[in-house]
Amino acid sequence: MEEKRIVLYINQFFGQIGGEEMAHIEPQSHDKPIGPGVGLSNLLPKNCKIVGTIICGDSYFNENLEEASATVGQMIKDFNPDLVIAGPAFNAGRYGMACGTVGKIAHDMGVPAVSGMYIENPGVESYRQYLYIVETTNSAAGMRTALPAIAKIAGKIVNSEPMGTPAEEGYISKGIRKNVFVEKRGSERAVDMLLKKLAGEEFETEYPIPVFDRVEPATAIPDLSKVTVALVTSGGIVPKGNPDRIEASSASRFGKYSIEGLDGLTSEGFQTAHGGYDPVYANDIPNRVVPVDALRALEKEGKIGKLFPYFYTTVGNGTSVANAAKFATEIAHELVNEGVQAVILTST
Amino acid sequence: MEFKLGNIFIKDLQFGPKTEVKDGTLYVNKEELTEYLLEDEHLASVSLDIARPGESVRIMPCKDVIEPRVKPEHDGGIFPGMVSKMFTAGQGTTHVLKGVGVVTTGQIVGYQEGIIDMTGPGAELTPFSKLNNLVIVAEPAEGVVTYQHETALRLMGLKAANYLGEAARHLTPDETITYEFLPLHKYHEKYPDLPKVAYVYMLQSQGLLHDTYFYGVDVKNMTPTFMYPTEVMDGAIVSGNCVSACDKNTSYHHLNSPVIHDLLARHGKDLCFVGCVITNENVTLLDKQRSSDLTAKLVEYLGVDGVIISEEGFGNPDTDLIMNCNKIEAKGIKTVLVTDEYAGQDGTSQSLADGSPSANAIVTGGNANELVTLPVLDKVIGNVDPADVIAGGFKGSRRDDGTIVVELQAIMGATNELGFNKLTAREF
Repeated sequence: MEEKRIVLYINQFFGQIGGEEMAHIEPQSHDKPIGPGVGLSNLLPKNCKIVGTIICGDSYFNENLEEASATVGQMIKDFNPDLVIAGPAFNAGRYGMACGTVGKIAHDMGVPAVSGMYIENPGVESYRQYLYIVETTNSAAGMRTALPAIAKIAGKIVNSEPMGTPAEEGYISKGIRKNVFVEKRGSERAVDMLLKKLAGEEFETEYPIPVFDRVEPATAIPDLSKVTVALVTSGGIVPKGNPDRIEASSASRFGKYSIEGLDGLTSEGFQTAHGGYDPVYANDIPNRVVPVDALRALEKEGKIGKLFPYFYTTVGNGTSVANAAKFATEIAHELVNEGVQAVILTST
Repeated sequence: MEFKLGNIFIKDLQFGPKTEVKDGTLYVNKEELTEYLLEDEHLASVSLDIARPGESVRIMPCKDVIEPRVKPEHDGGIFPGMVSKMFTAGQGTTHVLKGVGVVTTGQIVGYQEGIIDMTGPGAELTPFSKLNNLVIVAEPAEGVVTYQHETALRLMGLKAANYLGEAARHLTPDETITYEFLPLHKYHEKYPDLPKVAYVYMLQSQGLLHDTYFYGVDVKNMTPTFMYPTEVMDGAIVSGNCVSACDKNTSYHHLNSPVIHDLLARHGKDLCFVGCVITNENVTLLDKQRSSDLTAKLVEYLGVDGVIISEEGFGNPDTDLIMNCNKIEAKGIKTVLVTDEYAGQDGTSQSLADGSPSANAIVTGGNANELVTLPVLDKVIGNVDPADVIAGGFKGSRRDDGTIVVELQAIMGATNELGFNKLTAREF
C-alpha cells in the first residue's frame, strides 16, 4: 500500500512545552510525532506515517488568528500531507477552536482533517462541517478511547474506505446531508414509522427538524416622506437576456440592476429568470413582481423620500437557505451603507 | 365492496400494424395514434418513439408519465371527468398494462420538465427507466400560449394512455389483486383492535403551471375532501404541473400511489386504513389556513389514530405540510410526513423551508440539490438544449464533452415525495 503522510496539530500542553504559562508561544514545526502522536503512530494503519507535528500556544492562536492561521497553513503545506489530525481537544475551548480552525485550513487546501472533542466544545458547532470530530469525554482522561477512534477514521479517509454514519463511526455529525439508497421504498418506511409511533415504540426520523430562525417584523415607519426605499425581490426579475445568468432554480447568485430614470419596468427591458411559476404575466409587465411604477408614483407624490436607484434580485425557487442567507447579508450590508432606511421585499 | 386490479405484464413495446397485446408484447399502430392525437388543433406535430430499459437513450424535457389502463365493464377510458365521461373511480374492475409508460415531451413548457435516462447513473435515479416507454414528442401550433400548451400536452398524454389501455380490454390479467372498501363505521366495526389510519394526500396547486386535477376539477378551487384509496387507481387524480421534475407527482405516480398501496398491503393485518383526505397547496395564507383547518377537521371526523401526510413540491408547500402536521397533532392524532430536501449542493443547508417540533417523524426522498453527472448517450428523444435552464440545471450544465451535470432536481421522480423510491438522505 502507498505510504500516507499525516501531520499532527497540538497545543503547548500536549506538545510538552508547558501549561497555561506557555500558551503564548508561536507555531513551531517538528518532523516527528510528539505527545499523542506517539500513541497514534501505533494505532494508525501500517501505511500511515506521522511525518510532522505542529505545536502552537492556545492563547497565541486565538489572539492572533490571521497570523497563526497563515503560519500553520504554510507549515502544513510544507509537509505535503494526505491528512491532518488536530488534537484531541476534549473540552478545552480555545484548543478546540484552534483545532477546528486548523481543520478548516486543511479543508480549504483540499486536505481532510480529523479531531476529537467533547460535544459541548465550541469548536464543534463552529467547525464540524469542515472536519471529522470524534466525540470524546470532557477531559484528557479519555485519551485512551479517543486515539483509537481518531486513528480508525483517519485510516478510513486516507485509504479511501467508505465512511459510515456518525452513529456507526463515532464522529460528531458534520451536518452534511448525503443521498443513499436503502432497502425499502419511502412509503413503506413511512408505514413502518407510523406503526411504531402509534405503538409508542422508539422510531427514528430521517430528518431531524432544526431549530428555526424566526425574524420579528420591524416596527412600522411613521413618516416615509424623508426615507429612501429600496426594492429587493426573489421573483427573478432581471434585465432582458439575464446577463448574469441567475439560475431558474437553486440560485447561486443575486443581481443588482439600475432603475435610474425609469418610470417602470417594461417587457422590452426586463424579464423573469424564475423557474417556479408561469413567467407569462411577469414577462408581460415586470412591475407585477418589482413594482417600480408604483414606487415612482409614490415618489412623485412625496409619500416616500426617494426610490433607491438599484433593485436587487435573485430566484427563490429551490435556493438553499444557506445561499439565501448569504445573499441577504451582502445586500443588507450594501443597503445600510447606502443609507437606505426601508426595503420592500417581493416574492412570487 | 370490492375493487379488482388486474395486472397484465408487458415485456416489450413495438410498433406494428395493429394496436394489440401479443405474447407479452404491446404493439402500437403509430399512424392511427398519431392521427388521433393530432385532432387537437393546439398541436402542430406529434411524433412517436420507443425507449426501453437499458437502451442508450435520454428523454427530455419530460412533462408527464402515464400508465395505460382500461375498465372492461365501461365504454371509453379512465381519468373520469377529465378525458372520459364521469364515473366514480376505484370500483369494479380495471386492467393495467404493467411495465408500460406514456411519456410526454417536446418543446419546453415551463422550466420544470425533467430528464429520463434509460441507462447509466441517471437511470438509477428515475423509476421510469424500468418501463417500456412510448414517447410522444409534440410541438404546439403557432400562437398557442403557455397554459394552452400545458393543457394540450396533459390531455394528449391521457388520451394516448387510454388509447393503449384499450388493448387490455379483453385480456385475462396475469395477476388480480382485490381491495375492499367499506363505509366508515364498518371499518371501525370490522377491525376494532387495529389502529385506524388515514392518508392526507397533498396535491400541488400553486397555480401558474402548478396544478393538479381531481375528476377534472382544478384542486386550487377545492376544499379538502374524502377519497377512497382505490379511486386513484382509475385516474381520479391527474398531474397538470411543471413543478421540479424530481418531486412532481406524475399521473403514473398517482395511479400507483405508493402510500396507498403500502397501507392497503398492511390493511386488516397491522392497521385499518379507512381512506384518504385530499387537500391542496395554494399560495395565499388564507387558503393555507382554510385547507389545513378543514383537513384536520376531516381527519378528526374519521376517528383515526394516525395519518401519513405526503407533500408535492418544496419551499412554499413546506408551510402547508407543517400546518397540516401541527393541526392534526394538536388533536392528539399521530403524524408521519413524507417530503424531500433542498439542503444545497454540498448538503449543509437547512433542508425544509418550515418546521415544527411536532414534525418529529419524517421520511425523506433525498436531497434534490445533490449533483449527478449524466454521460453522453447514443440517442436523445426530445431536445437537450434546455439542460442549462430547466430547474436543477445551471450555466455550464452541458459540458463540452457532451456530459450533463445537473442537480437531482432535473431527474424525473428522483426524490418523489409520495415515497415511490428507495432513495433517502442521511446526515454525515
